Amino acid sequence: MFNSLSDRLTATFKNLRGKGRLSEADIDATVREIRRALLDADVAVPVVREFTAAVRERALSAEVSGALNPAQQVVKIVNDELVTILGGQTRALQLAKTPPTVIMLAGLQGAGKTTLAGKLALALKDQGHTPLLVAADLQRPNAVTQLSVVAQRAGVPVFAPHPGNTSDHDMADGALVGDPVGVARDGVAEARSKQHDVVIVDTAGRLGVDQVLMQQAADIRSAITPDEVLFVIDAMIGQDAVTTAQAFAEGVDFTGVVLSKLDGDARGGAALSVAQVTGRPIMFASTGEKLTEFEVFHPDRMASRILDMGDVLTLIEQAEKAFDADEAEKMAAKVAQGEDFTLSDFLVQMQQMKKLGSMKKMLGMMPGMADMREQLENFDEREVDRVQALIQSMTPAERDNPKIINGSRRARIARGAGQTTAAVNGLLDRFAQAQKMMRQMSKGGGMPGMPGGMPGMPGMPGGGKKSRGKQQPKKKVKGKSGNPAKRAQQEREAMQRALGGGAKKPAPAGSAFGVSGTGEDQQAAADLENLQLPGDLGKLLGGGR
Amino acid sequence: MTELLWLWIVLGVVLVVGVGSALVVPRLRGRRRDDVGAPTLDDAPARDGVASPERTAVDEAPETPVAPDAAPALETPAPVAGRMVRLRDRLARSGSPLGARLLSVLSRDHLTEDDWDELEETLLLADIGAGPAEELLKALRTRVRVEGVRDPAAVRELLRSELVKVVDPTMDRTIATTRPLVDGKPKPAVVLVVGVNGTGKTTTVGKLARVLVAEGRTVVLGAADTFRAAAADQLTTWGARVGVETVRSDRDGADPAAVAFDAVAKGAQDGVDVVLVDTAGRLQNKAGLMDELGKISRVITREAPLGEVLLVLDATTGQNGMQQAKVFSEVAGVTGIVLTKLDGTAKGGIVVAVQRELGVPVKLVGLGEGPDDLAPFDPEDFVDGLLG
Repeated sequence: MFNSLSDRLTATFKNLRGKGRLSEADIDATVREIRRALLDADVAVPVVREFTAAVRERALSAEVSGALNPAQQVVKIVNDELVTILGGQTRALQLAKTPPTVIMLAGLQGAGKTTLAGKLALALKDQGHTPLLVAADLQRPNAVTQLSVVAQRAGVPVFAPHPGNTSDHDMADGALVGDPVGVARDGVAEARSKQHDVVIVDTAGRLGVDQVLMQQAADIRSAITPDEVLFVIDAMIGQDAVTTAQAFAEGVDFTGVVLSKLDGDARGGAALSVAQVTGRPIMFASTGEKLTEFEVFHPDRMASRILDMGDVLTLIEQAEKAFDADEAEKMAAKVAQGEDFTLSDFLVQMQQMKKLGSMKKMLGMMPGMADMREQLENFDEREVDRVQALIQSMTPAERDNPKIINGSRRARIARGAGQTTAAVNGLLDRFAQAQKMMRQMSKGGGMPGMPGGMPGMPGMPGGGKKSRGKQQPKKKVKGKSGNPAKRAQQEREAMQRALGGGAKKPAPAGSAFGVSGTGEDQQAAADLENLQLPGDLGKLLGGGR
Repeated sequence: MTELLWLWIVLGVVLVVGVGSALVVPRLRGRRRDDVGAPTLDDAPARDGVASPERTAVDEAPETPVAPDAAPALETPAPVAGRMVRLRDRLARSGSPLGARLLSVLSRDHLTEDDWDELEETLLLADIGAGPAEELLKALRTRVRVEGVRDPAAVRELLRSELVKVVDPTMDRTIATTRPLVDGKPKPAVVLVVGVNGTGKTTTVGKLARVLVAEGRTVVLGAADTFRAAAADQLTTWGARVGVETVRSDRDGADPAAVAFDAVAKGAQDGVDVVLVDTAGRLQNKAGLMDELGKISRVITREAPLGEVLLVLDATTGQNGMQQAKVFSEVAGVTGIVLTKLDGTAKGGIVVAVQRELGVPVKLVGLGEGPDDLAPFDPEDFVDGLLG
């Protein structure tokens, strides 16, 4: 795991305390770190060069030298620059004045075009449109079948006159199959006659250097004159992003970009490269294999992701997915009433945490985890299973009241879990401390559900190791757009705007575009604020060494 | 709601880390050793296999001795005063600050910073990654100082030989396709193909089947990608073209481990040589899907040992490729890499880092969409491509 940029910058600036100003050499060191962070995120080399030059210029100016905390200031500058490039030209899908709106998808093989076609169709259908999918990928074996299945799952019709490349329809080696240009043209005509107001044309994957296929794509484009040509690109792509993007920009002159596989853990520097090199906006992000996992592109989240600054919003989202509201409420109530937190509660909690996936990843997503990184690296996921085994080897009575666990019970539990008595002792010790902490918290009164969140969490015993000794006031629920319901609402609205033709120019077919553009800006600001807050959280956890 | 959520996350993290971490360190060591030990043992019988068919087909000798220029610096027939070179070499290797200081006094860097930047850029553009590129160049700088090389072109040649050394042409790149004996009975050689979404797993399985059939081997395909729409159809199409049977589930979303097991069982029953199992694409950070993959490989080994686990990496993949290789190796014990889509402009430099860190060799490369565009990996050509 790489250290996050902010951690490294903090380390760079550590030696500078007491110095009033930043020297040129200090700035150089900073810029080097930024460069490294960008390269590790797969941002293309020329883009990195340009970008660091811009940052350097701004960093040299007075705004940093005068700042109290230069590290944070520099990170802020970098973040701002990134958001500007990534989100500079965000816009909504352009719908045709006279339907049908034609959308063409293009990209490399395996970028996720066919899946995206289904997602886009479903999203448009939910907005009240009547999309038609056109299967113009006759190249890959059974791509047409795949699109048909996807269309069926999305509940939209598909136009597939040609079966494509299947075993029944054998082809000569390397030859082009069928006539995708004709299929695309017929598809649009079909949509016109059957009154579909959106046509999504799925094309075959092709390489930027493949002259024949690029020509074919250009032919399709000129045959159907699409209103939008979306270039689908894999978030994992490396330095080749620039070459590919340029080839497609020349070949099919795409109007927008879709970043796919963002649910992976690639940092997605390609987004920056493509946005910078081609100047076309990134419009959507595809975040999973299900047809609903598709969202409007968030430049701010992408920026912190590229910089590896800890993606708190994603963390919240993942937590939401695994979050069992009833269970959590029960527990909160229990804590609030001053009841003891028992081992069985702990077990439930742990099982829910496990649903979030890798614990390491999740902890890594929290910003400011610098102190813990090394420890995180050593953290063994299976430790969780082991603790679970220990608890499950206890009787319900023991779980509710660990005090009754005496020597012989300890030996039995250890045997049951296939571990040593020392492990049982360790668990019980730690648990006792955790329990004490919970008790303190409930006495502190700042409990969930109350406005203002949980103020004044006492110096956490941090899993029984080292106390911070210092109070960490916690004010994370201030701005609150972390609210799942509200966030989901915003998410929906953003999607609606993006698909329907934008808030400024409501499309005829769309509905309910109530939210104004400024509203979103404010929300974005709130989001950002939310992003900063868990820094406290990180410090809090930082004590858990 | 939000407050609850936060409380929940914080508590969970604190408790789990707090409770868990104490037990971690001592346990970690013992287990690591086991992890490493187990797969190698399993592989041992399979590895003894003869050279893979496509290798013999191309008639290429992987065991060519290392080029003389890759020999250690000490033995380089230096055109300049040999003693000086030896002294500088010792200083360079001494590792003490004094040695390093002396070396910089005794030798001059004849190349400008621009030359070095250019070299670095070449490496970065090939997706080798900032860290490995830096290390490679650092080693190269020392070597250049020691040997007193003055010409940028010669330095490039040195870099090439360093890269070839990292890629290591002497590594065993054959695909284990001999039938292993289990309890005296021959079992089919099982090749499991894994990777993230859209890298070309199904296509690779299809092409590999063709190569094997061309070599006169009998093959069964297992369509354990039960998730993606029409993936099994795609594989069946590939199989049908060369008359190879495909074992698939009758519905979407069936248990992939069951399909894989059926395929291997069928292969054993029919006495075929090789069973190729295609799996669904999975991103390495999806814990559930990776567990599923672990299950697939466990279930297969109940019927026949895994001869080969091939990770399919897309040449366009950037630094994330390292993460993919790490996680897939942990879960499925990857024994080889297939680098696909190398016919484009991407160079696939990430495998250099992967091989350096994990020691897993690239065995095959995919060169296009044509049915026979699968070739054995040639280290020298690959390195030339990186620098070209």
